[in-house]
Amino acid sequence: MPLQQLVNAITLGSTYSLVALGYTLIFGTLGIVNMAHGDVFMAAAFAGLFLVNVLGFNIWVALVGAMVAGALLGLILEYAALRPMRRRPDISRLSSLISTIGFGILLQNIFLTYLGPESRTFDHSFQSSAWSLGPITVTPSDLMIITVSLVIMVGLHLGLNRTKVGKALRAVSENPEASSLLGVNAQSINLVAVALASAIGGAAGMLVGIAFAVHPIMGLPYGLKGLSIIVLGGMGSVPGAMIGGLILGLIEVMTVQFLASSWRDAAAFALLFVLLVVRPGGLFGQPYSRGRA
Amino acid sequence: MKQSVFTPRLTIAFFLIVLVLSAFLALPLTGAAATPAKIGVVLALTGDLSAYGIPQRQALELARDMINESGGVLGQPIQLVIEDSRGDKNGAINAVQKLATRDRVLAIIGPTLSAEMFAAGPVANRSRVTIMGVSNTAVGIREIGPYVFRNSLPEALVLPETVRRSKEKLGYTTAALLYSNNDDFSKSGADTFREALLAEGVQIVATETYQTSDTDFRAQLTKVAAANPDVLVISSLYKEAALLLRQARQLGLTQPVIGGNGFNSPEFISVAGSAGEGAIVGSPWFPGRDHPKVREFVTRYQERYGTEPDQFAAQAFDGLFLFAEAIRIAGSTTDRLAFRDALASIKNFDGVTGVFSFDENGEPSMKANILQIQNGVYVEL
Repeated sequence: MPLQQLVNAITLGSTYSLVALGYTLIFGTLGIVNMAHGDVFMAAAFAGLFLVNVLGFNIWVALVGAMVAGALLGLILEYAALRPMRRRPDISRLSSLISTIGFGILLQNIFLTYLGPESRTFDHSFQSSAWSLGPITVTPSDLMIITVSLVIMVGLHLGLNRTKVGKALRAVSENPEASSLLGVNAQSINLVAVALASAIGGAAGMLVGIAFAVHPIMGLPYGLKGLSIIVLGGMGSVPGAMIGGLILGLIEVMTVQFLASSWRDAAAFALLFVLLVVRPGGLFGQPYSRGRA
Repeated sequence: MKQSVFTPRLTIAFFLIVLVLSAFLALPLTGAAATPAKIGVVLALTGDLSAYGIPQRQALELARDMINESGGVLGQPIQLVIEDSRGDKNGAINAVQKLATRDRVLAIIGPTLSAEMFAAGPVANRSRVTIMGVSNTAVGIREIGPYVFRNSLPEALVLPETVRRSKEKLGYTTAALLYSNNDDFSKSGADTFREALLAEGVQIVATETYQTSDTDFRAQLTKVAAANPDVLVISSLYKEAALLLRQARQLGLTQPVIGGNGFNSPEFISVAGSAGEGAIVGSPWFPGRDHPKVREFVTRYQERYGTEPDQFAAQAFDGLFLFAEAIRIAGSTTDRLAFRDALASIKNFDGVTGVFSFDENGEPSMKANILQIQNGVYVEL
């Protein structure tokens, strides 16, 4: 396999991992699948685009801005679509799935109505330059994607294991009732989880936007990939989402290289299927998830 | 029902409606002797597709005013009756029905989309009203019926010409074909390209596909780079085409690029940026062509609407002039059958998009413009 394809796979996989992390954080803590994640990803990318193209900010400032925008949208999502559903223990968990779908559609249509369906690109030299390193070509956006993903993944890992909030997050994800009894405020931990997941989603949106383009339906394909990765990695598993994303990227690129490009998605999902038959709980999950889903 | 339907109030209302309706019906009869040429227009003027319909309406209104300024046709002015289909099949059917039966127009221009024409064309055909699409490129428009025409060049005519002329110029012998395989437009464009390339003796050394809405094409492009073709041939909507081209240039694929109609959009240039430089595309319209009619159209359109006319505007503009020519040949502003036969007989009509004829099957026949992007604008190859 040409070395270039490996670079392609790592870059592609890193963006998948970042998208999947958002899903897995929310699923792990709240026990729901956030169908609006792809649209938060898109909206944050637009926020980054606005900061760079209209206000003329530096690309790194805009990355932080996109993450803040993502977090704010996460807060709105929590208050508008998730918390009202949680208050009613009598209604099924499916209702919050539907309310997040509604939130996503609303977000998408706001952007479609006011900005139209066109693709926009960042006014930045990242868009056209590239470096040749022997047999491989690397673009600045590749390096940015790989670096930012690494920083976020390592940061998240440390944060979850070393900080108090991180430990509380894991405790709620392990057993919400017991952690509540031990004095963890589950309500605010949920808020942290949604905001953090959406901020990471925002970073992913910004990175994809820099590498490619920003448009109102960009979240859809990434959302689908992200969802399948958390199934592959194990629902709610953070390392599962990271490794799962890289595996999916690698499978897709290898399919194009060794089979045919029209098999790209089919082969990727066929392999996912086989993996799930062998390990129903996903790569890093228990055979049966902890009595939540 | 307990009561009689005809309460006094309802009876009065009924008579009022009959009165009003008969007044409407009487109108066309009273002025039948020397009437303006009434042309119906069905376009997508609101909603998503209004980006295509609005330039069409603007061009038609400009053409109408230009014809009427110079004395109209057969001494009569041209009158447009414009209906909005919203880009919707039912909207188009209703509009055509209204134009054919209530407004009693001589003939109809539109609708904007091929899909709308497939729905509304048969309605016009049954009413024996000529309907001519000015932006329908799909296969099978002409086959709807004897009263259905188009002046827009079908893809099957433009793409082979693009391949032939670009090969003359560049002399390539191998090509890579890249296309999105999940939308009709790109797939049929790719099939037409493949046939045209093979017919010209070009060897296709790599075929790679992707999906509309994909953003990362580097795996496919890395493979194409290994096959090292002389040219890249791309059939895609503008968004994917532009992203793909950008990634191709980043990965060091410097080959010339030939594209389908998706390349024919200012949006393509804006997303592709410098990666779009040198790309070759076949187009029915070239605003920079050195011809007095083109210059007059472009200047007056720009003065009136503040933007350069696009391909949709240009084809609509020529459409109304074709209709005026047909009325002149038919010698009547009301005879629908004479109009149809006159339109079908038009040959070598000199319009802004080029010299236009209907062939023996009533399909448009004209030379496509082969354009190349240079410094961010389309110029003739």
